[in-house]
Amino acid sequence: MTERAIRIGLPLTVLAIVVALWGAVVRLNDIPPYVLPSPGLVAATLFADGPLLLHSLWVTLVTTFEGFALAAVGGIGLAVLFSQSRLVEISLYPYAVILQVTPVVAIAPLLLIYLPQPLAVLACAWIVAFFPVLANTTLGLNSVEHNLLALFELYKASRWQVLWRLKLPAALPQMLTGLRIAGGLSLIGAVVAEIAAGSAGAGSGLAYRIAESGYRLNIPRMFAALLLLSLAGIVIFFALSAVSYLVLRRWHESAIARER
Amino acid sequence: MTGQMALPSARSSQSIVSLRGVGKTFDSGTVALAGLDLDVRAGEFVSLLGPSGCGKSTALRVIAGLSDASAGKVAWPDGGKRLGFVFQEPTLMPWARVAANVALPLRLARADAAAARAAALASLGRVGLADFAGAFPRELSGGMKMRASIARALVTEPDLLLMDEPFAALDEITRFKLNNDLLTLWQQLKRTVIFVTHSVFESVYLSQRILVMSPRPGRVVAEIDIPASYPRDERFRTSAEYAGYCREVSEALGAAMAERAA
Repeated sequence: MTERAIRIGLPLTVLAIVVALWGAVVRLNDIPPYVLPSPGLVAATLFADGPLLLHSLWVTLVTTFEGFALAAVGGIGLAVLFSQSRLVEISLYPYAVILQVTPVVAIAPLLLIYLPQPLAVLACAWIVAFFPVLANTTLGLNSVEHNLLALFELYKASRWQVLWRLKLPAALPQMLTGLRIAGGLSLIGAVVAEIAAGSAGAGSGLAYRIAESGYRLNIPRMFAALLLLSLAGIVIFFALSAVSYLVLRRWHESAIARER
Repeated sequence: MTGQMALPSARSSQSIVSLRGVGKTFDSGTVALAGLDLDVRAGEFVSLLGPSGCGKSTALRVIAGLSDASAGKVAWPDGGKRLGFVFQEPTLMPWARVAANVALPLRLARADAAAARAAALASLGRVGLADFAGAFPRELSGGMKMRASIARALVTEPDLLLMDEPFAALDEITRFKLNNDLLTLWQQLKRTVIFVTHSVFESVYLSQRILVMSPRPGRVVAEIDIPASYPRDERFRTSAEYAGYCREVSEALGAAMAERAA
């Protein structure tokens, strides 16, 4: 068996075993669906509630992408600004850290008071996602090889040339790592905010569906929505990993297979 | 002495750069250089030889303007010169192809992309890397990376080429080959070279003149001419004449280090 087949085959086998066990436990113990639905029922619910759930998925994904885009622009922009001005960095960095270490679950209810709900959800997605972009990009911009900086200085490169031709490309690997983390986090941020907003009741995202189904003891739909959320997270992760690989594959050690 | 100087024997011409009483004290308090005097004449191949930590790299960076002298003066009698710098490591941008790396100095001077590329390809040709213009640095061997680095330093047609232990990390076979190729380039292009090394054998093989430096604080304590003719080749490397110069330079280096211990 090839390496690739093992990598895909083994996790799928584990999945099949777990699902089979789950089904068996439900059937043998006669567990009612409002406690634990069988895998078959979850699949059926996914199909039956498809239009509703897909619409909700779309709402959550739009928030996630907007949060991610803002986090990318904000994180990279702020990191570049920090690298250009030490004073700005010293003034603002502590607040970026504070924003990051304060749990978003605790901020979300406040944001929901002051902002209209869609904006509050977006703000949550942005808050959790932007810091890894900022921190990783800053690390990348600051770890340029000193001799390359000396070389640019020798040839009297402008600040702009140093940034554009040296610092940004050198920071790409770390920047992409930050973006990969941010992709998953912006989904988490969106979900957290939707759950927090759930009790206010105006949302229509997937996390809102989960909260709502919980109140109604519609457990199969909770599982179906959860499944969609996981799938969305997985797709986001792999998409960003693929982008990272495509950008780095020619030159960065992380993207090059070791020859043995 | 033995034979005629085949090439740029610019011994009589005036200095391209001269350092007078140059000192360098780092913020940490380390005195890297103190009272350093040296003159380099146009067309000359000079080595700065000394043990590690004697400030020879610092001296080169001061000449390049990458580091400011804390005392003394660096003078350019004929006016400022175009410089090329070869670092101890190849210092190539891993994300850019070899040709783009070599074209960088011209691009930074806002040269037109096509012209810069043409000059880069010509420069790569001179160091024997014409076939690797489209490769990424990681695809090259250590010696080839260093060649690319030299091609980049030469692409601006510099008056003065500064080399900071460029071959120290290479194996002996590759180093000998690059020594020979560097001498050939020097004879063809008639540039001035200041070559920093800690190898007595390398400095004797390459240079017309060796400045021996003593550590802490770094300064020039001996000056030795190597009047052997160019082109120099493997026969020179194994000659009694070469061995004689090596002994002389080793003794001067030994004396420089003993002076410090005393």
